[in-house]
Amino acid sequence: MEKRLFLRGNHALAIGAIKAGCRFYFGYPITPQNDIPEFFSKQMVKVEGCFIQAESEVASINMILGASAAGARAMTSSSSPGLSLMQEGLSYLAGSELPAVVVNINRSGPGLGGISASQGDYFQATRGGGHGDYRTLVLAPSSVQEMHDLTLLAFDLADKYRNPVIILADAVLGQIQETMVDRPYQPLELPPKDWILAGASGRDPRLIKSLYLKEGEMERHNWKLFEKYQRMKREDVRHENYLEEEAELIIVSFGTAARVAKSAIRLARAEGLKVGLFRPITLFPFPEKALFDLSQRVKRFLTIEMNTGQMVEDVKLSVARDADVHFYGHAPGSPPAPEELLNALKKVY
Amino acid sequence: MGKIIINRERCKACAFCASVCPKKLIFFSQEVNSQGFYPVEIRTEDECTGCALCAETCPDVAIEVWR
Amino acid sequence: MKQVFKRPRSLKDVSFHFCPGCHHGTIHRLVAEAIDYYDLRERTIGVAGVGCSVFVYEYFDIDVAEAPHGRAPAVATGLKRALPDRIVFTYQGDGDLASIGMSEIVHTANRGENLTVIFVNNTVYGMTGGQMAPTTLLGQPTTTSPYGRDFLQNGYPIRMAEMIATLEGTSFCARVALNTPANLMKAKKTVRRAFEMQMNNMGFSFVELLASCPTNWGMNPLKANERVEKELIPYFPLGTFKERKGTDHQ
Repeated sequence: MEKRLFLRGNHALAIGAIKAGCRFYFGYPITPQNDIPEFFSKQMVKVEGCFIQAESEVASINMILGASAAGARAMTSSSSPGLSLMQEGLSYLAGSELPAVVVNINRSGPGLGGISASQGDYFQATRGGGHGDYRTLVLAPSSVQEMHDLTLLAFDLADKYRNPVIILADAVLGQIQETMVDRPYQPLELPPKDWILAGASGRDPRLIKSLYLKEGEMERHNWKLFEKYQRMKREDVRHENYLEEEAELIIVSFGTAARVAKSAIRLARAEGLKVGLFRPITLFPFPEKALFDLSQRVKRFLTIEMNTGQMVEDVKLSVARDADVHFYGHAPGSPPAPEELLNALKKVY
Repeated sequence: MGKIIINRERCKACAFCASVCPKKLIFFSQEVNSQGFYPVEIRTEDECTGCALCAETCPDVAIEVWR
Repeated sequence: MKQVFKRPRSLKDVSFHFCPGCHHGTIHRLVAEAIDYYDLRERTIGVAGVGCSVFVYEYFDIDVAEAPHGRAPAVATGLKRALPDRIVFTYQGDGDLASIGMSEIVHTANRGENLTVIFVNNTVYGMTGGQMAPTTLLGQPTTTSPYGRDFLQNGYPIRMAEMIATLEGTSFCARVALNTPANLMKAKKTVRRAFEMQMNNMGFSFVELLASCPTNWGMNPLKANERVEKELIPYFPLGTFKERKGTDHQ
């Protein structure tokens, strides 16, 4: 019998991290993600791991840089303003090709914003976020189960690509309590970490750096990173289809918005409306090919986001040229109700 | 009795060594090195005591000392 | 005759890019000598700051990680926590450590992280072309304080070693200079002592080295050494400000 747990999303995520062998957590308090560092402060001791409440998000992300350079699985979590502070470190991690898992329990913004759920950090997460020409893998869970499962995957993908992975959730997913199957961790086959720093004993010294000054070096490095992002697009794109067969309207939505969209679709189906869902699970790489294929058959799309329109740009770039893409935004506050989305989809059906 | 060997290609002519040599045996060369500096050289070598002050003050680690 | 002075093993056999008379080269050598003295080369990891310090990885024959500007103590914290039996040091300039990285250095010291910080104070931003540093002396002209540093405009130069010494987490904290052979010999012993503290798991060790930057000070190397004596040392006094005995805090 598989074990089932009833717990909140933030705890499911933290349990997943420990299961995946993460023994280094560095973080700074910010609502609504505080139950993650609180969990680790208690649990890391039990697994002989390391928990540090850093002096800032800037320090947290750089502690990860150090632990990751030493070959350890390390993570941090924060909410939107904290992620802004981490962008420098994320750029260095990407440039230095270091694995890391960074959780953003998205709150609303800009500025101090509020602590309610939002998807306003889609651009920041999927476009690199910091300076320079880089990307981070972005996983978008939509349930407590996925908060756990995608965390296991995040550590593997970070190691596979030597690249930071962002888990983009929000206040709802962090706090909601659901039943989850306590799945065992089955790691991907990963390359050996033959680049870690541990002291140059019996080998040449190694460097972890992102500075390239010699003629042509920087360009080569940028194209090397580009190739890596192309490989992500080939090998690690994930999405979910829901009732998309014979659908005449497809809702494209991720995370919390996709949960509510599913309820709205059930209401619509009960009224005889043929509506389906396309839910990107990886926001970068975006499931552009799967969406394009779907748009060969379905010509009407409605992107629903808890912001004023971000992912909709990726949807428009992905679909066939003769497909119509509409947008419904529910800017931060409380999450949308299914009836609100039902009304929205009826307007474009 | 001592001996120093100056790596003339590494020398940047800061003159620290010449200023601390207790016997004042170190001078600038008349010929530039590949970096474009007039490197130092030792004259009247047999008076060198091998005290190593020159090497200790050399920021470019360009001097080796025997004693 | 026996060789009494040679290039330390932990330094690669390459030329420094530093300007003539710059003390960075000397400091690199002192650190490498300390690493050699305790036979630590194969288990030491350096963390480079940003500025003239960044090329630590070009010169040291050891594993090195490059940190974002000011963040070397945080990176070193992550490394040392993951590898507690290795020797970890940061190499940072005054802009890196005392300006943009003030938060990281203070909290790393305060946590008593068992690592060593090599802090090069030459009162100016070197790499970027001679701008005012947090340690720039009053009246000292720089490219961003062209009329000389004025306390009404820019505040006062920060004495880092004294500040770090006030923190309970600090186990060893000293300031040395390199402008005379006598000061240099003291500096050599002090750098060695800082690494010894870490080897003995005594916690956080910090050495501030007053250095010259002849290029950005606009003077020749010998005059720059004189300036260290006449202007820097009176404001930044030399000495050991804290030295914990035993392992009384760990």
